[in-house]
Amino acid sequence: MEKVTKRLGWLMVGLLLLMGLAACGLGGGNASSAKFNSIEQIKKNDKIKIGVFADKPPFGYVDEHGENQGFDVYIAKRFAKDLLGDEGKVEFVLVDAASRVAYLESNKVDIIMANFTVTEERQEKVDFAHPYMKLSFGIVSPDSAPITSIDQLKEGGKKLIVAKGTTAETYFTKNHPDIELLKFDQYTEIFAALKDGRGAAIANDNTELIAWAKSNPGFTVTIPAFGGQDTIAPAVAKGNKELLDWINNELAALGEEQFIHQAYQETLNSVYGEGFAEELVVEGGKLD
Amino acid sequence: MQSLGIEVLFQGSNFMRLLGGLLVTIEIAFTSIFIGTALGLLMGLLRTLKSWPLRFILRFYLEAFRIIPILVWLYVAYFIFTPMLRVDIGGELTAVLVFSLWGAAEMGDIVRGALESLPKHQLESGKALGLKAGQIYRYILIPQAVRRMLPGTINLATRMIKTTSLVVLIGVIEVVKVGQQIIELGVIKAPNASIWVYGFIFILFFLVCYPLSRLSRKFERRWQS
Repeated sequence: MEKVTKRLGWLMVGLLLLMGLAACGLGGGNASSAKFNSIEQIKKNDKIKIGVFADKPPFGYVDEHGENQGFDVYIAKRFAKDLLGDEGKVEFVLVDAASRVAYLESNKVDIIMANFTVTEERQEKVDFAHPYMKLSFGIVSPDSAPITSIDQLKEGGKKLIVAKGTTAETYFTKNHPDIELLKFDQYTEIFAALKDGRGAAIANDNTELIAWAKSNPGFTVTIPAFGGQDTIAPAVAKGNKELLDWINNELAALGEEQFIHQAYQETLNSVYGEGFAEELVVEGGKLD
Repeated sequence: MQSLGIEVLFQGSNFMRLLGGLLVTIEIAFTSIFIGTALGLLMGLLRTLKSWPLRFILRFYLEAFRIIPILVWLYVAYFIFTPMLRVDIGGELTAVLVFSLWGAAEMGDIVRGALESLPKHQLESGKALGLKAGQIYRYILIPQAVRRMLPGTINLATRMIKTTSLVVLIGVIEVVKVGQQIIELGVIKAPNASIWVYGFIFILFFLVCYPLSRLSRKFERRWQS
C-alpha cells in the first residue's frame, strides 16, 4: 500500500513539472510569434515560401511527376512571378490542414494559400488578405424533379439529404427546422440515397456537389449558392501589414486581367465544368 | 470502365517518388535508432546507479517521452522550441532530433531492465573476484544484459520505423505521405488505387522491418548455443 502511494506521489510530481514545462514552451511560442520576413528580405533571399496543400485536388496537390499543381498553386506561382520576376522562385511548403496557423506563427512560410477559409477564430491568429474564392451551400436534385427553391422542400413528404456533422446540416436545423432531413454519415451514402430516390435533393458545400453532378448525368446543381458565404484567402503572419498590402494590391491588379478566371479555366474547369466560375471565383479581391 | 488502380504505381515518376519517400523514412529512422541506441546504453547504465537525483531526472525524462505523444513532441520541437531558439534546422533534422531523444529514453529503460534483471550474485561474484566496477560491467553484466535487451531493442527499432509516418505534420514528405498524394490525385479516375498504394507501402515497410527480426533471431540462436 505504502509503495503504491509513494509511486502515485512521484507521478504527480512528474506531471506537475511537465505541465510547467509545457506552459513555458507555449508562453515562449507566443512571445516569438511576432517575427516574419519583410518584403526586402524575401527579395534578398530571392525566394518566397508559400504553404500549399499536397493532397487536396483540384486546389493543391502533387501530380504524378512530383510537381505542385492546382488552383491555389497556380495563383501562388503568379504571386512569385510578380514579386520576384520568376514563378520558379516560389518554394512550396507542403502543409497539413491542422498546422496551417502554426506555419505562419513560427515563420516557416511567408504566405499560406492552402484553401484557407476565413473564420473569426483564425483571424485572431493570422491576417487574411482579400479573398480569391468563395464557397456556399448548394443543392443538387434529379433532372426529373428539380428543386429550384428552398421553399419547394417544405412541400409535403419531401426529404432533404445531408451528411452528418456538416455545416449544411447545422444550417438547415437552425434556419429551416420545418424541412425534413435525412442524414447519413458518409458522402458516398448521401449520393447513393439521392440516386435511390430516398430524398428529393442533397444540400452540401457547393464545390462537392458541382463536382459530383458533373460526373453523374441526370443530376444538376439546381441551386448553386445560398446560405452563408465563406471566403478563401491568402493569409500572412499576424501584423505583417507590408506583405498583406502587397497581396491585396496584387489581387486588385490581377482582377484587371481576370487572372483568377484564368486560374479557374486551367485548374478547376475540368472538375467543376463551365458555368460555375461566377459561383466560385472572386476577382480583384472584391465580393460583389 | 473503372481502372484496376495498380497502374497508378507506375504513372509518371510515382514509383520513384515512393522509393524516394522510403529513403526519407529510412534516413530518419536509422539515424535516430543509431543515436538513440548509443545514448540509451549510456542512460541505462546511469539509471542503475544509486544517485537519486540522477535517477529522478532520467526517470522524468523517460516518462516525458512515454506520456507525451511523439506527435506532440514533433509539433512542439518544430513550431515552438526551434523558432524560440531562433534556429531553423528544417523538418527532417527536427524529426531525427525528436526520434533520437525518444529512442534514447526507451532504450535506456530497456538497458536498465536488462541489467537489473541479472541475478545479484553476478555482481557480487565479480566483486568477490576483485574486479573493478568497470570490469564487472565490461566482462560480466553487459554481455549477459545484451541478450536480454535484444527483443526489446528490435521492437523499439521497428516501432520507430513505423512512427516516422507522423513526421508529415512538420512538413517532411515520407513514404506514407507520398502514397496519400498519389491516392488523392487519382481519387476520381482510379478510386481503387488506395489498396494498391497501401499494399505497396506495406511491402516496403515489411522489407525494411523483416530483416531486423531475422537479425535478432540469428543473434539469439547464436548466443543460445
